[in-house]
Amino acid sequence: MTGAIGAVEYHEAVSATRSARHNERSWVMNWFDRDRAEKSAPRVRASTHGRHELDRQLAIRIEALRVVRGGRTVIPGLDLTVRRGQLVGLLGPSGCGKSTLMRSIVGVQKVTGGSIEVFGQPAGSSGLRSRTGYLTQQPSVYQDLTVIENLRYFAKVIGLPRKKLDDEVSRLLNQVDLADHASARAGSLSGGQLSRVSLAAALVGAPELLVLDEPTVGLDPVLRRDLWSIFRRLTQAGVTLLVSSHVMDEAVRCDRLLLMRNGTMLADDTLRGVLESTGALDPEQAFLTLVDRAAARQTAGQAEGDSGVGGASQARGGVPA
Amino acid sequence: MTPTLTMATATRVLQQIRHDHRTLGLMLIMPCVLLGLLALIYQNTPVFDSIGAPLLGIFPFLTMFLVTSIATLRERQSGTLERLLAMPLGKGDMVGGYALAFGLLATVQAVVASGFAVLVLGLDVAGSAWLLLLVAVVDALLGTALGLFLSAFAATEFQAVQFLPAFVLPQFLLCGLLVPRDQLPTVLQWISDVLPLSYAVDAMQTITSYANGTAQVLGDVAVVLCFVLALIGLGAATLRRRTP
Repeated sequence: MTGAIGAVEYHEAVSATRSARHNERSWVMNWFDRDRAEKSAPRVRASTHGRHELDRQLAIRIEALRVVRGGRTVIPGLDLTVRRGQLVGLLGPSGCGKSTLMRSIVGVQKVTGGSIEVFGQPAGSSGLRSRTGYLTQQPSVYQDLTVIENLRYFAKVIGLPRKKLDDEVSRLLNQVDLADHASARAGSLSGGQLSRVSLAAALVGAPELLVLDEPTVGLDPVLRRDLWSIFRRLTQAGVTLLVSSHVMDEAVRCDRLLLMRNGTMLADDTLRGVLESTGALDPEQAFLTLVDRAAARQTAGQAEGDSGVGGASQARGGVPA
Repeated sequence: MTPTLTMATATRVLQQIRHDHRTLGLMLIMPCVLLGLLALIYQNTPVFDSIGAPLLGIFPFLTMFLVTSIATLRERQSGTLERLLAMPLGKGDMVGGYALAFGLLATVQAVVASGFAVLVLGLDVAGSAWLLLLVAVVDALLGTALGLFLSAFAATEFQAVQFLPAFVLPQFLLCGLLVPRDQLPTVLQWISDVLPLSYAVDAMQTITSYANGTAQVLGDVAVVLCFVLALIGLGAATLRRRTP
């Protein structure tokens, strides 16, 4: 599946939306029902045993996360759980809080409130640092070192023994298709090649959780497709991926979409679910519809004394930012 | 702090410098050129012999300060620091790796500059030339340590470069090279007493004038080394994994 969703799927989505449109309330309920069925299981807090069991399936658990940067509330209060092996797309315009959320998950962001657990440990714990791969938005490699020197250093930092360094570096070079440029200085590479070096550095040591901040930005369509197929293969191997993008088209590649705006989740669903619930034809239009609805909800909420809509995290879309 | 990670970081920093031939050349040659210029200005006078040694301490201090602060600032701005802090690298490994790498460069620089001053320019000091070398190395280390610490407070290259007139030139004015420290106004004397460069220059002046001042020189060297260790410790302590 490349470029767009399949025709059959597309028609299903549109017709489902049409029928849902007859009753605005019913699709809202449908949406939340399916939403709950799909991902609320980890939220059940019936017994400690149940929670313990569910925790083992969880890669990320975020509760009431609040982040204030420079006096501005970037994330007002966010709940999120991600199961292991999921390929989650975090989509939203630049400045919506994607990077802040990702920085919080890898433990380099000062957090104002709430809790974040990764594999059951507080985010940023020393035990997590070798299990998590993090790709910053700018290619963060040493431009004055060669590709190999960069990867060898990061592999040493992750704690790989000297004997395994060469194998690991050549594995990474093949994975991001840079074997031909292994001895080139990173600064002499093109933008796309440089961001692949940066990605390879995030893949060092085969981490169980990958937090990738806009890994495909500025890449040509062929490379983007190749990268997404790498991501897909990684999830099949049990790796959890959280991938951000401001390009809505990339939604088609993900198991689950988080549409973010002003630090809140507008939607948390599959692509199909998002299209059905909004009646949109493509992810971008769906996003716009959701933005309008959130605005409308906010006005309505203010008028009715902010009673809140629904019980899931989407309701937080109504909280003034 | 893990020895292997500190070493890996030091190796990486040296690899970066090795790729940058011009920086390497400037670091090694500039102190020699400046000392040569000084020797020419004061040729046929005893001035070079009296201020040559203190300046041999000050030039490596200056260059190492600049190189270190820019290098660590670059690490911060390129995002590599953020990446490393999300990885299993200790803050001590980071700062320690830089201190080791630049310490080694500082040593090479001090050896070249001292050798050039004594062997080529004929710098004549009363004390031992080895002691001169030791103090030059410690001074260069001081520049590295100060750069490591202060670069934490610079958000841009502009600020980092401004730290030279802000934190280094006052030390130069008060170190006793322009006016002997005991002739400074009392308040300035106190300030001069807590600045590390004063001890570095004291040591060099002792070497210049006294053949048997080794104990005194080693005392000053010990003070400077304490500053070096404290600054490196502070550098590691002020490094934050989580940033706003």
